[in-house]
Amino acid sequence: MTDLADMADMAGWACPAPLRDYQRIVLGHGGGGVLTSELIEHLFLPAFAAGSSTTRRDPTSALADAALADAAVLQIGGIRLAFTTDSYVVRPLFFPGGSIGELAVHGTVNDLACRGAVPLALSAGFILEEGLELDVLGRVAQAMGRAAAAAGVRLATGDTKVVERGLADGLYVNTSGIGLVPPGVDVRPDRAAPGDRIIVSGPIGEHGIAVLSVREGLEFGGDVHSDTAALHGLVAAMLAATVPGVHALRDPTRGGLATALCEVAAAAGAGIEFTESAVPVPPVVEAACGFLGLDPLHVACEGRLVAFVAAADADAVLAAMRAHPAGRDAVVIGSVTAEHPGVVVARTAFGGNRIVDRPLGEQLPRIC
Amino acid sequence: MKYLTEFRDPELARWLLDAIAATATRRWTLMEVCGGQTHAIIRHGLDQLLADQVEFIHGPGCPVCVTPLEMIDRALAIAARPEVIFCSFGDMLRVPGSGTDLFSVKARGGDVRVVYSPLDAVHLAEAHPDRQVVFFAVGFETTAPANALAAVTARRRRLANFSMLVSHVLVPPAMSAVATAPGNRVQAFLAAGHVCTVMGIDQYEPLVAEHRMPIVVTGFEPLDLLDGVRHAVEQLEAGRAELANAYERAVQPDGNPAARKILAEVFTVCDRAWRGIGTIPDSGWRLADAWRDFDAEIRFDVGGLTVAEPAACRSGAVLQGLIRPPDCAAFGTSCTPRRPLGATMVSAEGACAAYFQYRRLAPAGAAATLGLPGPAAGLQT
Amino acid sequence: MCLGIPGRITEIWDDRGTRMALVDFGGVIRSVCLAYLPDATVGQYTIIHAGFALTRVDEDAARQTLAMFRELGLLDAELGAAEAEVGP
Repeated sequence: MTDLADMADMAGWACPAPLRDYQRIVLGHGGGGVLTSELIEHLFLPAFAAGSSTTRRDPTSALADAALADAAVLQIGGIRLAFTTDSYVVRPLFFPGGSIGELAVHGTVNDLACRGAVPLALSAGFILEEGLELDVLGRVAQAMGRAAAAAGVRLATGDTKVVERGLADGLYVNTSGIGLVPPGVDVRPDRAAPGDRIIVSGPIGEHGIAVLSVREGLEFGGDVHSDTAALHGLVAAMLAATVPGVHALRDPTRGGLATALCEVAAAAGAGIEFTESAVPVPPVVEAACGFLGLDPLHVACEGRLVAFVAAADADAVLAAMRAHPAGRDAVVIGSVTAEHPGVVVARTAFGGNRIVDRPLGEQLPRIC
Repeated sequence: MKYLTEFRDPELARWLLDAIAATATRRWTLMEVCGGQTHAIIRHGLDQLLADQVEFIHGPGCPVCVTPLEMIDRALAIAARPEVIFCSFGDMLRVPGSGTDLFSVKARGGDVRVVYSPLDAVHLAEAHPDRQVVFFAVGFETTAPANALAAVTARRRRLANFSMLVSHVLVPPAMSAVATAPGNRVQAFLAAGHVCTVMGIDQYEPLVAEHRMPIVVTGFEPLDLLDGVRHAVEQLEAGRAELANAYERAVQPDGNPAARKILAEVFTVCDRAWRGIGTIPDSGWRLADAWRDFDAEIRFDVGGLTVAEPAACRSGAVLQGLIRPPDCAAFGTSCTPRRPLGATMVSAEGACAAYFQYRRLAPAGAAATLGLPGPAAGLQT
Repeated sequence: MCLGIPGRITEIWDDRGTRMALVDFGGVIRSVCLAYLPDATVGQYTIIHAGFALTRVDEDAARQTLAMFRELGLLDAELGAAEAEVGP
């Protein structure tokens, strides 16, 4: 497993002193990009590891494991349990194609699925703002119930807290999830290896653009809906095609496909090359990114995954994905290489290349 | 998208590249003036494809990059005031002032909002009559009409709580400064197409005549840029220096007369400090005297705020095309998008950030590792 | 500088003296200000920057430019063919 100290270097910054620039939390710390990783590497991991001298560099540590992957896998007796948690703070709460309710279920289910786990149960923790309309909460809860039922997972336990008006933005949801990792399944970012084919399960960026389209001050119309969906069925179909050949899975949420690729390249200590024109970008996402000045590779998806599959199994896995409704438009976009470890390179349509990086923090519309 | 996708056609690009290669007998040095063009050239790898025919020097056409440090500090001072809603284009939020940035002001409780259009700021002023709404009016001639109309609309709607912190810059004086700089290597300009949609192309005639350099008005898509290069190389090979328009679908010779009329009314030409370069005479716009009641510098009394720039940052030399970003000792080491020393590293279209974001893999065996994460990676020169 | 994106005007109205339009950018629709294109009409393409239409797209010019690029290709092919003929 890649050493955590090496990962810091992979992220491309030279500064040894953590959190040197911002003395307070800024929005970018939650953006899923470089600032978020910095917080994890330099604040959370050292603090959580305190008192346990072995944790930080112990490759079997669940903490290190979770820092690299979407979920931790814990060996308990004879079984392996995947465990993850995620908080949802989307604004607005409802957007074309979904709401914070679906996200809270799908996001956590997908984090489990990206370890190859079969999701079993979720918890739901609510932080509600005084004054929130019960109708709004009801609609969110129903969306969660429907999404969980459709995904076949139980909402098994929960918690509700209320904070004073002004201290929260309507409502926040946290969901944690557990899932069972089937025998023989070993899916984690650092298993991606040179030669692997990289498959994207469908068009990217629709969720991020759908949310932006209804954000205050930006409102734009168009036929764009969040791609929010549970992906464990798709993952099961892929594993049915081959268990050992599915090396790594990632759902490109915050920070988009670029971040997912960069994180896997860093974790695996390998390079990634992909063909820019092979990445499926829906015209409406391309158009919205055009006038907002965003890179589609940085825009979030909530119902897509990127898979790193052994070359010999790529055709079988691709066929299995295309036979599943959540992977109908799956395509191979590139491959893992032994060259330029930790670096993601896009081949442009004109024959040039460029290095693809994670966004620093928040995605902001620009004029320039 | 119509009028976008067609101008990204790789096959047509190949033909343009062939035409340029067939014309060029040597390597020419061109400056693309606009940061948006820099971004597109690097992003699509056009400089790699033209490596034998053209050296691109990246021009000063990034409003975020050239907004002077003291103007950023004035913005920060205003944004920190409790009665203020400070509105800015997203680009400006991460630009460091001498101590902090707008993101940090926001984290400390300042009400900083990103707007897509200056009219959004006017709407905020209407919706919040008890607050002072200040719009950070930066940009070149392209953005100025939008910003001018914000003032016009605010006056029409009698909004006493709206004002603008104006730091407009003008392209032709900057091009002139580049052309006359000691050590200038630029042989032809690709002029900024969207500036010309507003101002037209006539203002470049004197520059062509005085400096005897080709100036080609150029668009932003890969084919537009290649066509601009083709025009420039043809002229240089033939020993000609002319004004050409390679962005005819968007640029009329007289620009946009309606916009120019309002610009002349709302703004007055003034000397302007450019970050990293220094003051260029008659290179900016400020609010005209008749519009000074909308001037946030006066309303919040921040005009006296002045500061010096960090010495390690050579963004001025980069902006003038005297050095390339990787030639700066700070590039990729003490200066990264994560911790920018100068604004050329902050803005997505700043030359340093474009180099950093889209840095290339060096040819096999190259040892350069400027700020690069992987041992096998280097910056292609 | 100056992100400018072409879009098609689909609707025009007056907002308290300011001419506004809906513009379709390949499936994304946004309201923009038409103050600087007073005679623009529905169906025309314009280039938008910071919420303002700055110029009309001259569709004839666009077609001519693309046609000229294609001619370069034909020329290229002919030259290539000629070279092949005289080649060893």
